[in-house]
Amino acid sequence: MTRIDQKFASLKAEGKKAFVAYIMAGDPDLATSLALMKGLPAAGVDVIELGMPFTDPMADGPTIQLAGQRALEGGQTLQKTLDMVAEFRKGDSTTPIVMMGYYNPIFSRGVDTFLKDAKAAGVDGLIVVDLPPEEDDELCIPAQKAGLNFIRLATPTTDDKRLPKVLQNTSGFVYYVSITGITGAAAAQAGDVGPEVARIKAATDLPVIVGFGIRTPETARAIASVADGAVVGSAIVKMVEEKRPVPEVLAFVKGLADGAHSA
Amino acid sequence: MAEDLINSFMTGPDEAGRFGQFGGRFVSETLMPLILDLEERYEYAKTDPTFWAEMDDLWKHYVGRPSPLYHAARLTAHLGGAKIYMKRDELNHTGAHKINNVLGQIILARRMGKTRIIAETGAGQHGVATATVCAKFGLKCVVYMGAHDVERQAPNVFRMRLLGAEVIPVTSGRGTLKDAMNDALRDWVTNVRDTFYCIGTVAGPHPYPAMVRDFQSIIGKEVRWQLAEQEGEGRLPDTVIAAIGGGSNAMGLFYPFLDDPTVRIIGVEAGGKGVDERMEHCASLTGGRPGVLHGNRTYLLQDDDGQILEGFSISAGLDYPGIGPEHAWLHDSGRAEYVSITDKEALEAFQLSCKLEGIIPALEPSHALAHVMKIAPTLPRDHIIVMNMCGRGDKDIFTVAKHLGFDMKI
Ligand SMILES: Cc1ncc(COP(=O)(O)O)c(C=O)c1O
Repeated sequence: MTRIDQKFASLKAEGKKAFVAYIMAGDPDLATSLALMKGLPAAGVDVIELGMPFTDPMADGPTIQLAGQRALEGGQTLQKTLDMVAEFRKGDSTTPIVMMGYYNPIFSRGVDTFLKDAKAAGVDGLIVVDLPPEEDDELCIPAQKAGLNFIRLATPTTDDKRLPKVLQNTSGFVYYVSITGITGAAAAQAGDVGPEVARIKAATDLPVIVGFGIRTPETARAIASVADGAVVGSAIVKMVEEKRPVPEVLAFVKGLADGAHSA
Repeated sequence: MAEDLINSFMTGPDEAGRFGQFGGRFVSETLMPLILDLEERYEYAKTDPTFWAEMDDLWKHYVGRPSPLYHAARLTAHLGGAKIYMKRDELNHTGAHKINNVLGQIILARRMGKTRIIAETGAGQHGVATATVCAKFGLKCVVYMGAHDVERQAPNVFRMRLLGAEVIPVTSGRGTLKDAMNDALRDWVTNVRDTFYCIGTVAGPHPYPAMVRDFQSIIGKEVRWQLAEQEGEGRLPDTVIAAIGGGSNAMGLFYPFLDDPTVRIIGVEAGGKGVDERMEHCASLTGGRPGVLHGNRTYLLQDDDGQILEGFSISAGLDYPGIGPEHAWLHDSGRAEYVSITDKEALEAFQLSCKLEGIIPALEPSHALAHVMKIAPTLPRDHIIVMNMCGRGDKDIFTVAKHLGFDMKI
């Protein structure tokens, strides 16, 4: 059982929905993003998604694109992101960490080296946007073997015929992307998302978490009430872009977490 | 052609879209079903005679194919060696080879019931070709173009707008061709139901590299029979040379000759200011290493951390940090050679073509021509070189004037 599996088991036992927060590693600098990361569990975050910056984030909207650019301009590297996780783990041994990004920086480091280093740093799972099931041999299978969860995105274009293939090598949880679009786009309506989540849940025992476009406590609550939890990314990253102090960002995160947890 | 498929270079890609380790389908889940659908529809169209009949008709009456295979006699005499032929794809409607591929993709899009076409463009040639064919068929057309390229290729921007396309200047990233491709992919992910992404080169996720190559292969197929007509039955070129941005005009010329071992194949990358550690070039094969970008694994310009670098070239059409995966494979397997030509060398070739042959070439094929200038004098007179004159230079005269210190203000 990974920390992710444990977290969802205990949430289930409490009858609580999950709140997942995304931040970009190194945005706007390493120290600030580490301080933010360290504050997330106390703000009510159940799972941390830590973005790995990439020059060409083809599934991201402007907010996360710019966050990645700020991080890279600040000198963020994959090594520094792994170091950040290791530093976080010194004070927190239970909150699950999922690294999220694109394949090339991982491929460039070497898949085996990366997996060994990620595991050692205390990473629990990976979301790699540009690795569909058709490319499972690249990273998904080796990651599972290395004891990391490989969390896959399911989308509105994933029809019933394709769903089993998407779920097959997924572990930890399923991330349902509620819209066809990029991060930071308009939110889906809970009324539309509910049946989709039910469709996925009928095909898997894994928790189904919904993200893309959620930016308020109310939406977090509405979406979490029809799923196993909600993810917020761009709305948090936007506050970093606006240079809000860390406590202010964390207060915003707490509002979102409370929203999701009240579902 | 080779009977022995095991030793053939023409069987790729495999069903996973791979040419050896290169290619593949590195896209987000949202796009995956679309790409599988496209592959299925293309596989069907490929064997459908009515599809090719429609292509042939438009190639002939709309594009002006076959394009001439022209013996450049004065250039040959000037260089004093190999006999030089130019494949005149710059005479196509819209002024480059790009329309060969666009026609194929748009006919396919129409058969798939898509009503909105998106494209990325660098030099603007692919954008103009796409806008043109969309106008002809009454389809909505949106072209993503890096803000930097919008500036340096202004005449093509106006052409696209005249043709009814919406040109969206891309400011994300550094505002170049690769960023335009990112934004086109973001558009596609958002508008999955009605939109067809018309990619302009042999890159992107499978099936694009194979599909674009197949449409561009008309170039090499014509060269085969045209050369036989002019030089005698069975005469093949000794060397074929083409410039490479993503690599579509080059694949189009090379592909029909891959299994003819006597034909030497040379791809010419943009060397910019020189292929060295400054990385001010676009030579992915000679100055990059394998990585994953825009849906496929190929050679990329990247830093030690796997972040993609911006290329640099005088030619907007070659300014791309990657290269089609089939070229990466031909490079590693040794079937084709890849060299680079600097901006300065390309500018010299540009001027020589104007003066000796009365042909104003685009800056892209000027790179290919510059390599011809290097090797032709070292080769015997009975050695036949075919270079791909894949675009005309109208779009580039402002850039060239600037470099030659000529004031174009009127
Ligand atoms: C005339 C011309 N040649 C070559 C290219 C580069 O593309 P490719 O390498 O796919 O032929 C371009 C791209 O804009 C072009 O306009």
